[in-house]
Amino acid sequence: MNNYDIVIIGGGPAGLAAAVSAKNRGIERVLILERERELGGILNQCIHNGFGLHTFKEELTGPEYAQRFINQVHELKIEYKLSTMVMNITREKKVTVINREEGLFEIEAKAVILAMGCRERARGALNIPGYRPAGIFSAGTAQRLVNIEGYLPGREVAILGSGDIGLIMARRMTLEGASVKVVAELMPYSGGLNRNIVQCLDDYDIPLKLSHTVIDIKGRERIEGIILAKVDNLGKPIRGTEEEYACDTLLLSVGLIPENELSGGIGIDMNSITLGPNVNESFETTVEGVFACGNVLHVHDLVDFVSEEAMVTGRSAADYVLSGLQKPTVFNNNIEVIAVGEVRYTIPVKLNANRMEDILTVRFRVGKVIKNQFISVYFDEKRVIHQKRLIMVPSEMENIKLSKSKLKEYPKLKHIIVKIEEE
Amino acid sequence: MYDIIIIGAGVTGAAVAREVSRYQAKTCVLEKEEDVCCGASKANSAIIHAGYDAASGSMMAKMNVLGNQMMHQLSEELDFPFVRCGSLLICRRKEDMPALLDIYERGIRNGVGGLRILESREIAEMEPNVTDDAVAALYAPTAGITCPYSLNIALAENAYTNGVEFKFNTEVLNIRKLNIGYEIESSQGIFKTSYVVNAAGVYADKVHNMVCEHKIHITPRRGDYCLLDKSAGNHVGRIIFALPNAEHGKGVLITPTVHGNLLIGPTAVDIENKEGVNTTSEGIDELINKAGLNVKNLPMRQVITSFAGLRAREDNHEFIIEEAIDARGFIDCAGIESPGLSSCPAIGEKVADILKVKLKLNENPDFIRTRKKILNPKMLSSEERNQLINRDPAYGNIICRCEMITEGEIVDAIRRPLGAKSLDGIKRRTRAGMGRCQGGFCTPRVMEIIARECKMSMFDITKSGGSSKIVSGFNKDSV
Repeated sequence: MNNYDIVIIGGGPAGLAAAVSAKNRGIERVLILERERELGGILNQCIHNGFGLHTFKEELTGPEYAQRFINQVHELKIEYKLSTMVMNITREKKVTVINREEGLFEIEAKAVILAMGCRERARGALNIPGYRPAGIFSAGTAQRLVNIEGYLPGREVAILGSGDIGLIMARRMTLEGASVKVVAELMPYSGGLNRNIVQCLDDYDIPLKLSHTVIDIKGRERIEGIILAKVDNLGKPIRGTEEEYACDTLLLSVGLIPENELSGGIGIDMNSITLGPNVNESFETTVEGVFACGNVLHVHDLVDFVSEEAMVTGRSAADYVLSGLQKPTVFNNNIEVIAVGEVRYTIPVKLNANRMEDILTVRFRVGKVIKNQFISVYFDEKRVIHQKRLIMVPSEMENIKLSKSKLKEYPKLKHIIVKIEEE
Repeated sequence: MYDIIIIGAGVTGAAVAREVSRYQAKTCVLEKEEDVCCGASKANSAIIHAGYDAASGSMMAKMNVLGNQMMHQLSEELDFPFVRCGSLLICRRKEDMPALLDIYERGIRNGVGGLRILESREIAEMEPNVTDDAVAALYAPTAGITCPYSLNIALAENAYTNGVEFKFNTEVLNIRKLNIGYEIESSQGIFKTSYVVNAAGVYADKVHNMVCEHKIHITPRRGDYCLLDKSAGNHVGRIIFALPNAEHGKGVLITPTVHGNLLIGPTAVDIENKEGVNTTSEGIDELINKAGLNVKNLPMRQVITSFAGLRAREDNHEFIIEEAIDARGFIDCAGIESPGLSSCPAIGEKVADILKVKLKLNENPDFIRTRKKILNPKMLSSEERNQLINRDPAYGNIICRCEMITEGEIVDAIRRPLGAKSLDGIKRRTRAGMGRCQGGFCTPRVMEIIARECKMSMFDITKSGGSSKIVSGFNKDSV
């Protein structure tokens, strides 16, 4: 029987947590569809520690963190299909999938949770000039080769981009016997967490060159070297600052993009900043009964926040199914959450005080490094939250909490504005 | 001793090989790279030109117009994509109208059918994203688009099936004229042959000059390209060319591809390095600046890759397709720059005709004119697809998630005649790794399949042969 209450697309951290929370909320038929050969998603190749400090109050490796949720999936007898690719989803929540054993077939769902994660930006998106030899990997591809397959991509490594995967891979490649020459970052600040710069670069004397980029790639068959140059305020290379690095490997850690090809096919309204769906307080997209959480929604820096977000999503999807698919309100009839100025976006963009849980976490990122300023939240014209932050950086997700009881005091509220203020 | 040795397995060499395989001749193709389609044939605009560009009466014009006419039937015989989508040559300035009319008239003289001058209203109806500045355009309904790899691979596979040998990683180092025929010294030893066909692309001058006193010179002309994601693929429905003008020089073209992407390019920079396929920041900047002149609102954020290709530009800007005057039995296909792809069926036929007469060749009674491409499960109904997966479960296993390519297709690409041996070989045959993530997810999976099917070590798997190895050892093997 190919009918389920909730079908979850993706068995990574978001999909697992959503499945567990939906099942715990009382949903009988939950199905996880996973394209890889194992549950766990990208966590399986994240064999470093640092996961779970928020969720489990202890430090786990990626596979250990995933296993905690996989165990719950097994205990709760949640169904899943591995090596199964979703080809299409319709607005009516018919999911077309393919795998070796069952072929191409349709699954009908009452609710769908999108949890496909993200992919890495490739070299092409950066227009890095030069040859196109072997030896250029996105950091995640290299991470898979090293951590899952056991193969060393190369021995003399340069890394472009200081995203977390790039930083982690700088340390990993060093530990596996490669020499990491340099990490170059186009922006004047790192794209990764500060703790990763300390633990992955500083501890191994790997130089981080901010405001630098690769302006040429040498080597026709296997990469032989790169030219780095300093860039100006506009990101343009400055003449005379070129330095050549010999290397047989270039890793790229230059950003992650939510994988929303399926979402686009359903006609979900997308956010041009996050490249993920626009969602409300229940993590429901603009297509009724289709929810989204995790990196497919917006790219996270900590998996703990993915799990937290996915748990809410699982509960919301469960409530949607349990309420007999009766939507309490219409998406467009809700309060709008608006990001202003250096607040680049917010999740969610709409909220309904009646449907939200007691506390709603609004997550966002800032567009530049900001020191000693305030996060302010306005309910229409009235400032209701004013919290000082010593430092905010684009690579670390910020959040503020809204309480249901407070919102109930503003029955005619139309806009919630989130912005950064100097005082 | 061969009857015919063809140097180069690009689109010209493969077309000659396929046409020669209609006759009974012992033929071999020598290719310095590990696969077919590794030089000029792999990185170009993928356009089948109408034929109005080349000077009237030139070999280039003849081959282009004839090749264009032959392309449809060839695409049906050899099962490669060809879409006659038409092209517009955009004129943005009234003062350039005489130049546009000159090209129109040249097209008529060259025998190009269906040419029409369009006014701005008609242009806007046909292509709403063409610039509002367009005052007129030359519409060429016979222009089309193809997949150059598919075309090149199809020709080579068909030639192979009809008995032509292919030797890869075989670089020609020297050629000596014997009393009868030639002795070719290569990186894989000596080959003797009665006739030589020089289809060596940017190296055709080097090969020609090994034998002939009458020297030729070919300049590699580099062109940078940007390829955009499929989400931008419908931005234009036809090939949009720019009319060269005094202010901007030669413009860049914008074209849909047969796979639904959008392609922008090329630049034109003359270089000396025959392997100089590196892109440059100047080139890519030029593309971004010029592309916007003729087409509005180009979503340049959607670029998924950029690449550069070389055109083999002979000093007289003309195809040389003839027996060398001072070397009997040595037949040149030199200077095959654009419109070489468009011309390849005609070039193949012309060279085969020369060889047929010279060698007094008899027809090959077993010649098979058709060839089937790699089975594409996307073209099947759900029912047919399930039958296929039932027979071979590998067709239910998606390996490249961006292009939705199955393990079954990858295995087919490896096992078929002249099958793929490298990641690029797989990519060009199946499109695995050619999508928006550019192989980020599928590279390790494709490597696994190559290792299994070819009984190769993971350490010997390459991106494109030679020293382009992907992994260099085991973790900690040096610690």
